[in-house]
Amino acid sequence: MSEQHSSLHDLGTPPPRHTKEQVSLEINGQHLQVDTGTSVMRAAALAGISIPKLCATDSLDAFGSCRMCLVEIEGRKGMPASCTTLVEDGMVVKTQSDKLEKLRKNVLELYISDHPLECVSCPTNGDCELQDVASELGVKDSRYGLHGRNHQQATKDDSNPYFTFDPSMCIVCYRCVRACEDIQGTFALTVDGRGFESVVSAGQMESFMESECVSCGACVSSCPTTALEEKSVITQGLPETSTLTTCAYCGVGCAFNVETRSNGIEQEVVRMTPYKDGKANQGHACVKGRFAFGYATHKDRITKPMIRNSIDEAWREVSWPEAIDFTARRFRQIQAEYGRDSIGGITSSRCSNEETFLVQKLVRAGFGNNNVDTCARVCHSPTGYGLKTTLGESAGTQTFESVAKADVIMLIGANPTEAHPVFGSRLKRRLREGAKLIVVDPRKIELVNSPHIKAAHHLQLLPGSNVAFVNAMAHVIVCERLVDEKFILERCEIPAWQEWSDFVQGAENSPESTQMVTGILPEDLRAAARLFAEAGNAAIYYGLGVTEHSQGSTAVMGIANLAMATGNLGREGVGVNPLRGQNNVQGSCDMGSFPHEFPGYRHVSDPEVRALFEQEWNVELYSEPGLRIPNMFDAAIYGDFKGLYCQGEDIAQSDPNTHHVETALKALKCLVVQDLFLNETARFAHVFLPGSTFLEKNGTFTNGERRISMVRKVMPSKSGKEDWEITVDLANALGYPMKYSHPSEIMDEIARLTPTFSGVNYEKLDRLGSIQWPCNAEAPEGTPTMHVDQFVRGKGYFALTGFVPTSERSTRKFPLLLTTGRILSQYNVGAQTRRTKNTAWADQDLLEIHPVDAEDRGISSGDWVGIQSRAGDTVLRAVVTEKVKPGVVYTTFHFPLTGANIVTTENSDWATNCPEYKVTAVQATRVTQPSEWQQQQKTFNQQQLAYLAKARGSGN
Amino acid sequence: MAINATINNETTHLVSMANDIAVNLRLHADADERTTQHMKKFWTPRMRSLLLDYAQAGGSGLSTTLTAALKKLAKA
Repeated sequence: MSEQHSSLHDLGTPPPRHTKEQVSLEINGQHLQVDTGTSVMRAAALAGISIPKLCATDSLDAFGSCRMCLVEIEGRKGMPASCTTLVEDGMVVKTQSDKLEKLRKNVLELYISDHPLECVSCPTNGDCELQDVASELGVKDSRYGLHGRNHQQATKDDSNPYFTFDPSMCIVCYRCVRACEDIQGTFALTVDGRGFESVVSAGQMESFMESECVSCGACVSSCPTTALEEKSVITQGLPETSTLTTCAYCGVGCAFNVETRSNGIEQEVVRMTPYKDGKANQGHACVKGRFAFGYATHKDRITKPMIRNSIDEAWREVSWPEAIDFTARRFRQIQAEYGRDSIGGITSSRCSNEETFLVQKLVRAGFGNNNVDTCARVCHSPTGYGLKTTLGESAGTQTFESVAKADVIMLIGANPTEAHPVFGSRLKRRLREGAKLIVVDPRKIELVNSPHIKAAHHLQLLPGSNVAFVNAMAHVIVCERLVDEKFILERCEIPAWQEWSDFVQGAENSPESTQMVTGILPEDLRAAARLFAEAGNAAIYYGLGVTEHSQGSTAVMGIANLAMATGNLGREGVGVNPLRGQNNVQGSCDMGSFPHEFPGYRHVSDPEVRALFEQEWNVELYSEPGLRIPNMFDAAIYGDFKGLYCQGEDIAQSDPNTHHVETALKALKCLVVQDLFLNETARFAHVFLPGSTFLEKNGTFTNGERRISMVRKVMPSKSGKEDWEITVDLANALGYPMKYSHPSEIMDEIARLTPTFSGVNYEKLDRLGSIQWPCNAEAPEGTPTMHVDQFVRGKGYFALTGFVPTSERSTRKFPLLLTTGRILSQYNVGAQTRRTKNTAWADQDLLEIHPVDAEDRGISSGDWVGIQSRAGDTVLRAVVTEKVKPGVVYTTFHFPLTGANIVTTENSDWATNCPEYKVTAVQATRVTQPSEWQQQQKTFNQQQLAYLAKARGSGN
Repeated sequence: MAINATINNETTHLVSMANDIAVNLRLHADADERTTQHMKKFWTPRMRSLLLDYAQAGGSGLSTTLTAALKKLAKA
């Protein structure tokens, strides 16, 4: 069963961190050899000898409070706790004796005098460590009785939507407090009072929801009793089966055990338990991955295919063959009338590798053009371009674990504690160990200053000035000779290095010159540059705050230049690390879903590569690049682009300049949406193909560290088809045959066609748990760190990174700069998380505005604020905060009616057309009602929901 | 309703995209050639020909680098 609740697999204390030697010792007559630094408890457990314990668990450092794990050691006085005693050479240990048993029983009786063994009525009967220890020691009740002072009348805290805290069941073992500190790094839990008065408390004796608690669930996992318990276990009962899978939320890609139980009719998910041996998460999770799976069974799920002739008429539920046939006929008619290039497909980072691979194959081989793109277009396409140009591979260079060896971490335009929480916790742990942090962000994110974390520098740059900032960093590093000359000479192209080094030394790139643009004080920038360059191991982590700009690709190249110039590539603890927003951003890009390249980032114009695919796919392939998402919209409005197959992506909500997107969608003659819900895009669709959640299908996701992990089916698809099967049906109906009986066969094809995947197959993934690509003959078990001896492109290339200001700048009419981001409890367009209890933390997008700007406009927190840009206007509620600088406002894009993208513009990255979400010049004014667009949206939504209701009413 | 003033015609958008490419590559001695190659590598033939038609019809608003790049593109 669950790793966390099972004492069978719990070795009591973590493995020693830096071990070199082994020692010999004897436990209960058994001779053992273990690593130095191992606890006696762990050594015993490794030898199969169980020592009773309550406060110890191997996910947390030893604490030594429960007095259950006492042992006798020859030559030592008393009975030391085995969890806090480290092994020594020649040690002779006894874990069992009459004396030890008597002491343990006595301690346990004291525990149960305040925790009656009423196990039969307890929701975790059979999954409780106190119960296990009692049964092991044969203790059934307490000689001390139950009538002394106790905590049995303590009030239960039900405030968190996912778990309860029942102090009457608490044995004050501090595991939850330690988990919150050591694993999550939030420090929300404390033990208040002393002795008998001791009670675990969230915040300052607040409820969990009022406190700083981020609901990661680490405390629930670590609790040995039912004091902290999932509400789902209380209502549904303990799970019966467990399946290892990969989270479908952010790009960290945590491994989870999905634990289910039959309700008599079907399997239901009871809980998701993070997997201790998961390489990406090492047993940790966040509020989304662990708890927010309720959307999978939400009443809004659409499970039957639907069609209609126009978006102004009701949907009609039809059979799968009818829906597929309708789509194929429409697409072929459009191509006959408007030409081969008049249709295309969009896939998504929310889809599996196999699904994405099939969509691009359908477009290239079945549609006969290259009009395929993925939502990575609007997030990390500049990473693909920038890292390919400089280093030679479109991927991050490290494992997540690498951060544990970093001495200085520079975080640019990323907010990991909100958007990549499990990585955020790892980062925090390293910072608590003493690594230094440089935060480069227009906002005061949590990591700037939080419990036990303080950034060495917060360079609060103005939105739109990343490239000026990166060049100024390079200026200081090159001018002050802080570069790693040996690394550059050995590993990089020298003419390009010289050109770049001459360029960055130019006076226009000095911190003093760039201050006007960046808003960063020169002395702060110089200090940060020195700290970064002089660190032993300096690692850069960045996010969409780097890519989603008119110079996103330039900024990525500038970042790679900084890492090369300082020799921070090719080993652990360093590197260039893009934090990927969604679960399969890396994978969707790897799988050839960009219009100009086949799987493995190979351009469609390369005749050799094309020949390889033509042979495997038995069809002639087109040698010219296809349309990118924004080009598709333009071509729909002005040209002959008339049909679109959109899998798993909500372009109407997530893409910029909503008016433009909606105009384009309305211009399509056939829009096919494959999704779980009637999303914003589906309101403009003619065909709806119901998709499956990650619980209902097999496949793989590739996370931000290039780690390919299995997604395993735990229940049948509600629509009757896994998503890859729908694409296969569509291809067959279009006359391009596809034959697969399982996604493993799709992966085999990917491996045949993609050199970096040639060693990947499902059998190996099952065996190794996960694989970081490249995985091939040279690296049969994968590649944790890239560019070790040389760069993938051979020599590293210093690209020239001249700063070009965005045309989007503040003016008298639009004096503020709007930038956008994410919050912890919601995910992307919110289609999943809005349909879970995560709305308890956030049920709307808010506009952050600085007190000075708010006062100028008479705005208080909670007021409706109208936001106008040159693209459009919308209304949302304000929160007045100093997290943003004067002149900058900030919001999120999780809720469709906010219309954050009504105001964002069509500006985009010069190299990739990734939209400039992070800079929009706006005005903010206090208003009294929603905008006209929002009112129209409400009416339009109601109309579309009525069309859906009709379909369901008439369902066949 | 503040209907968006940014729905220009497609060519205007292509002109601004192409100027962006050219200005971002301006520091390279062969900026025009790089601009040509970028459009060949990432733009569809239709997008390229729309812009070429515009340039050949004497369209305005094209930077010097872009104009040179389009001449190369026309020959390619």
